[in-house]
Amino acid sequence: MHSDAFDRYHFAESRLHRLDPRVKVSLTVAFILGNALLPDASWLALGLAWFLLLVANDQSRLGLWFTFRRSFLALPFALAALSAIFSPLGDPVFSFSVANITLTVTDFGLVRFAGILIRAWLSVQAAILLVAVTPFPDILHALEHLRMPRLLITIISFLYRYLFVLTDEVLRLLRARAARSAGMTGQKSGGGLFWRAQVAGNMAGQLFIRSYERSDRIYNAMLSRGYTGNLRTLHPHTMKPSDWRFLGLALFALLLTQLTGWIR
Amino acid sequence: MPIVHPSPTVLPLPATPGALLLAKDLHFSYPDGHPALRGINLQLNEGEKVALVGPNGAGKSTLMLHLNGILTGSGNLSVAGLPLTEKNLPLIRAAVGLVFQNPDDQLFSPTVFEDVAFGPLHMGLPEPEVYRRVEDALAAVRMSEYRNRLSHHLSVGEKKRIAIATVLSMSPRLLVLDEPSAGLDPRARRALIHLLHELPVTMLVSTHDLAMVRELFPRTVMMDGGQVVADGATADLLQNQALLEAHGLEMP
Repeated sequence: MHSDAFDRYHFAESRLHRLDPRVKVSLTVAFILGNALLPDASWLALGLAWFLLLVANDQSRLGLWFTFRRSFLALPFALAALSAIFSPLGDPVFSFSVANITLTVTDFGLVRFAGILIRAWLSVQAAILLVAVTPFPDILHALEHLRMPRLLITIISFLYRYLFVLTDEVLRLLRARAARSAGMTGQKSGGGLFWRAQVAGNMAGQLFIRSYERSDRIYNAMLSRGYTGNLRTLHPHTMKPSDWRFLGLALFALLLTQLTGWIR
Repeated sequence: MPIVHPSPTVLPLPATPGALLLAKDLHFSYPDGHPALRGINLQLNEGEKVALVGPNGAGKSTLMLHLNGILTGSGNLSVAGLPLTEKNLPLIRAAVGLVFQNPDDQLFSPTVFEDVAFGPLHMGLPEPEVYRRVEDALAAVRMSEYRNRLSHHLSVGEKKRIAIATVLSMSPRLLVLDEPSAGLDPRARRALIHLLHELPVTMLVSTHDLAMVRELFPRTVMMDGGQVVADGATADLLQNQALLEAHGLEMP
């Protein structure tokens, strides 16, 4: 049983795939940070950022709308920003009342909400593109070179490795339940809600205990191979002149986006 | 932007005066009070290939976890003449390569290469040496082309071979395998038997696969109830119907 549901790497021969992972990670972070720093209502700059994203999509050879299609997954999270439309600053546009509370939507609030939505949506697309063109281990190496704390990288790498093992474990548990969830003709099957909740709870508990015991065995395997508390890795990446050129060009484009946003 | 990594000190490998592994009167109880080992005596000499058989719960896995000091009970254990102490642990763990039963526990790195490099790196070997050892280990298990694969995309048979490579890269003096043939299809099992036959390393292999034992291991150690109940030539042990039945085993 295999679950590859979380593998987001898409193989292709492209300039973006060949790029040093450090460049890709730094540029993605710079892009997201840049979007966040743009002032409200800088539509032109956001448009430019989207254009850059489309160019990057095109360069990756995964298709112009590759990240666009996958970005809707993250949209529900944008609902968290919905409260921004009731911002007390700015002029009221219209108001309505829910259970004796009057809510007023303001123009400033609407602009801010749209800004947050677009920025979040562009940032999600950048992240999607990063993981699509960079094998996950390379991202970890890049983070390490970029001086991210070792412990965090170790945690992420284990999370990644065992996500698959745990999903397989969950699939096996679900399958075992499905296999024994039989019914008889003329009898209501499935039990009561409380009983089913109990079964689900037991499965969650099982999963926790199994994971906990597995972590013990993994730690033993690490100790057996000389682990003493410091994780060491090899570093096969070196920056080529073309990597530097791409980095410079992309940073310049991001700077231009910022200028468009701030100078009016 | 080439990055210079300091090469840590290289640990010397221990020399071998006398027996490679010597266990005297090992006792161990799990924290819940269940006694798993009750006075184990075992000697392994350089170059021997020994099978460790016995029913489930006999203490085989517990004994294996003692051999490189993951678990420590009472009694004496020495590897390559070095007594098992806190100070000797790094040397002993380099000398005893332990391969766990479930390869998903053994392979914890994102890629095959990183997993095989884990041991040599943590022994403090310089990078070129690490690369050389990884290549050698992968070649030894015939998995060189799997270098950059992701561990979770491998089949069980492939994972088991890689798991063996992860300890071969440490150039162990003693290879300790826990049920290597469990869960393999006939072809993968056959390939594993060939591999174990070829490897020029002293090994102690715990298994229920008595057909493999007869084929590969001249000497067999039988455990039951936390004790060694028989230790001798495989040919003799596997013909002793009464002994096999008394300890829950079947003649192959």
